[in-house]
Amino acid sequence: MLDAFDRALIKATQTGLPLVSDPYGAIAAEIGATRDEVMTRLGALLASGAIRRIGLIPNHYKLGVTANGMSVWDVADERVSEIGPQIGALPFVTHCYRRPRHLPNWRYNMFAMVHGRDRDEVRAKVAEIAALIGPAARAHDILFSTRILKKTGLRLAS
Amino acid sequence: MSALSEIDRRIVNALQGGFPISERPYAEAAARLGLDEADLIARLRSLVASGAASRFGPLWNSEGLGGAVCLAAMAVPPERFDAVAAQVNAHAEVAHNYEREHALNMWFVVSAERPQRIDAVIAEIERETGLTVWPMPKEEEYFVGFRVEV
Repeated sequence: MLDAFDRALIKATQTGLPLVSDPYGAIAAEIGATRDEVMTRLGALLASGAIRRIGLIPNHYKLGVTANGMSVWDVADERVSEIGPQIGALPFVTHCYRRPRHLPNWRYNMFAMVHGRDRDEVRAKVAEIAALIGPAARAHDILFSTRILKKTGLRLAS
Repeated sequence: MSALSEIDRRIVNALQGGFPISERPYAEAAARLGLDEADLIARLRSLVASGAASRFGPLWNSEGLGGAVCLAAMAVPPERFDAVAAQVNAHAEVAHNYEREHALNMWFVVSAERPQRIDAVIAEIERETGLTVWPMPKEEEYFVGFRVEV
């Protein structure tokens, strides 16, 4: 469970850092801590992966990157741990995971999210992935999103 | 789409991570981009105000905080789609939900501070909707960049 300080840090930063010269000092003043305490803790949370990164969170849609295709792959089980990192490292893949199959309904065990300006750009990128994987991918598909039904940031239980 | 200036484009591409943790982080980041601090802050404000950036700050990872997330999919009959979306979205633990073109046409992420809540939420959604929820938990993560080049 999170302690009170981490909880306060999340609450103070989940909608963004203050856009002022000394943002960590401003957060410290808001939560009743010192700037050093805030900076030390944020550094530790970044190092542990509790914060993935600090920076600009882009809005793909507003930036014209409007096509979003979840590419799904049926990769031989004995190859997926070797292939996954290669696909994840491609500059146009934003997330890549191994997930369980649900046979016979769902045969795909690797997911790679691909963004592009339009569907053709996504399809071209997926074709690059297919060429890279070669015959170890027995089948693949692209699930394009047609609507965002809900999107929220990290929520804390009160 | 908003037409970004060359400088804004450089900011978006360069600042999706690696923002310094220091007394004057905007001044440091600005120097790397050949800008001054006040200019960078003003440009970030306008990128957020225009919606090109959803925010500027830390991207928290709920799993890294001891919580859990699980992707899940459902095949929803088209005539019930909006009603089922409302039932699913009513759960506070459902963080994202997307409609996708496939027989499995609803894909959502359940996020909870306590990992045991994930199974409970999925069971509640199955009971409320009478539909099967296919959990697609992450078994291995290869890379999560979330970056986009503009």
